[in-house]
Amino acid sequence: MEYNHILIRFGELALKGKNRSFFEKQLLQNMKFTLKGLSNLTFKRTYGRIVIELNGENHEPVMEKLSNIFGIHSFSLALKVENDVDEMKKAALGILKEQQAAEGIKTFKITSKRAYKPFPIDSQQLNQMIGGYVLSQSEDISVDVHNPDLDIRVEVRETATYLTFGQYPGAGGLPVGTGGKVLLMLSGGIDSPVAGYLTMKRGARIEAVHFHSPPYTNERALQKVKDLAQTLTKYGSSIRLHLVPFTEIQQYLHKEAPSNYQMTLMRRMMLRISERIARERDILAIASGESLGQVASQTLHSMNTINEVTNLPIIRPLITMDKLEVIDIAKKIDTFETSILPFEDCCTIFLPSDSKTRPKREHANKFEKYLEFDKYVNDAVERTESVQITSVSKAEKDMEDLF
Amino acid sequence: MIYLDNSATTRPHQDVLETYTKVSYDYFGNPSSLHTLGMEAEGLLTKARSAIADQLHVSAKEILFTSGGTEGNNLAIKGTAYHKKSRGRHLITTEVEHASSYETYKELEADGFEVTYLSVDSNGRVSLEDVKKAIRKETILVSIIHVNNETGTIQPIEEIGQLLSHFPQVRFHVDDVQGITKVPLNIKKAKIDLLTASAHKFHGVRGTGMLYVRNGVRLKPQIHGGVQEMEVRSGTEHVAGAVAMARALRMEMEKAQKEKSHLVKLHSKLIHSLPTIDGVTINSPLEKSAPHIINFSVESIKPEVLIQSLSAKKIYVSTKSACSSKLAEPSRVLLAMGKDSKAAGSAIRVSLSYETTEQEIDVFLRELKKIIPTLVGVRK
Repeated sequence: MEYNHILIRFGELALKGKNRSFFEKQLLQNMKFTLKGLSNLTFKRTYGRIVIELNGENHEPVMEKLSNIFGIHSFSLALKVENDVDEMKKAALGILKEQQAAEGIKTFKITSKRAYKPFPIDSQQLNQMIGGYVLSQSEDISVDVHNPDLDIRVEVRETATYLTFGQYPGAGGLPVGTGGKVLLMLSGGIDSPVAGYLTMKRGARIEAVHFHSPPYTNERALQKVKDLAQTLTKYGSSIRLHLVPFTEIQQYLHKEAPSNYQMTLMRRMMLRISERIARERDILAIASGESLGQVASQTLHSMNTINEVTNLPIIRPLITMDKLEVIDIAKKIDTFETSILPFEDCCTIFLPSDSKTRPKREHANKFEKYLEFDKYVNDAVERTESVQITSVSKAEKDMEDLF
Repeated sequence: MIYLDNSATTRPHQDVLETYTKVSYDYFGNPSSLHTLGMEAEGLLTKARSAIADQLHVSAKEILFTSGGTEGNNLAIKGTAYHKKSRGRHLITTEVEHASSYETYKELEADGFEVTYLSVDSNGRVSLEDVKKAIRKETILVSIIHVNNETGTIQPIEEIGQLLSHFPQVRFHVDDVQGITKVPLNIKKAKIDLLTASAHKFHGVRGTGMLYVRNGVRLKPQIHGGVQEMEVRSGTEHVAGAVAMARALRMEMEKAQKEKSHLVKLHSKLIHSLPTIDGVTINSPLEKSAPHIINFSVESIKPEVLIQSLSAKKIYVSTKSACSSKLAEPSRVLLAMGKDSKAAGSAIRVSLSYETTEQEIDVFLRELKKIIPTLVGVRK
């Protein structure tokens, strides 16, 4: 079957009031960004729907990409035909035959909807005419109006009739770009990319910050983080990645702070630096992959003590999730395999074995009295390098050409 | 030149060689090195793995790079036999395997394993029934060649795979060196555990190949050293070869989509025209046979005499499988199919690629027709 259209239904967008058009426009823009490699597509916004005309493009890659875009509730393949009963019959039969071969369906029904009332045949008659024709032209198939394997929907509109069947689930959420910007603390582990994904799911654009400690951490670890950021671009737009040199701070803390508070103080430094970057980039919140009680730095006591240094909202989408739930999402969004590559990151070097799981604010403040942390924060922010992670970088492009 | 020996080897594509030299020179780092160059090389290797996996619809971690078909078959068979020998020491294969499998099994027999060699019918095919009958409690491995390298016979791999899926202790190895890019095979659907392929059979570079190892299948390494290739196959990775293979595979798979009917047409022309030539009988089966291999005998003539005469006209074909062409004995595969030693000792193999043209086939047929009468009478 040559499907010529894909019909897209919005999720939560439909609930929006006066801002609705803003949300829809953003969704359309995101769709065009994600599908820009497929040049023949044309997009149409109708009330509460977006229709993509395929114009000869294969529908499979389009559908695969659509399933990653936030703000889409579901989509269906559609056939657009003239408002002519014979055309409708032929198209319905084609869909049925194809589904019979591919899915082995046994029962079907036709659900017609005459949105365009001047069309002379009402929906009941249409159901019978099309259903009867399909039945007479095929074998091993029967009608089941209550629980069919295949429900072919026929929607008669003013300019044309659309035949659709089956609904592919979209990614849900809100279109990325409708919810301001969030700075994601991206470590290279399993959790932080998932936190990024879930933050984007609620419509936020993200930039990412990564702390690296050359020469203790190597380029592979850096590449890993770039790869993770790149994977996340699939679900929204390009991502700016801020790479903060963290070696000096770690060495300084290692020398000057008591070992059981080093981890706590290190996290406070990270937050201070992140806050500075956020302010410079008009970012309103910080997101992290913290999950309550997972490790020493993520106990309630640790969070309470670390969080003291900033009053920006900190979004923690994984806060109540078990590791296995997080891993499931990581696998689904394609970051898991990259995350588990075994490279040192800044959190695993200089790691004192006696880190406090219950640090206190007053102790942290007391130790910081003796530290020149402002100087170090300024220096790290100064030397931060930013790269724009798009779907394909130049070096990648050169490599792609080899295949 | 009319090259009709593509089952022996193929000429690498220009694009594939370009990739090969570019990677060799620009990304020469050792993937195990920690510096940037090493990282780039590793990145390319990873990409090659995924690209190949995508083409075969399997997962990237199921692709293991080898030096080619012989190594792949050796590793799959010995690696399984020695890994599972405490479970049982019975192995099953066929009488018509390529030497790289067949001789490996002979070697294992000498080492105390018991091997059942399944016989084949006159078309060179094993029967599902025989496979079923051969399985015992202590069976650990079944090896079947997908497309026979001498005759082009296609084995019922999918059915055998379905049957073996009821025996989870039995590993299923398929030698797909001749089949890949020519005869479609769904690895997952056929429940295959191990599958061998070699790049120089699909216009890649010699000395590169791959073994599909289903996730969860363990092998005893046959080459020891570093920890490359999931610690199964040590040795500095041949990055350029792997990337070139990925490219060759993509190009050939695309051709397989577009040019399939072209190959089938040439095959059918040969199948219909060859028997009309005096003294020629076709050995390849007419049904369920690969579209690129045609085996025939001219009983009154020594095959090498015929090959030399065609070669003088710049037409290149081979006898038996090229690897053993230098040995003048009847073909084991044809004997297994029940051909007499005369037919089995005078077989010629013509093998095509997607590049072969109809005109080349016409010239070959015309020249063959001319040559045979001039040679008849040179008795063996």
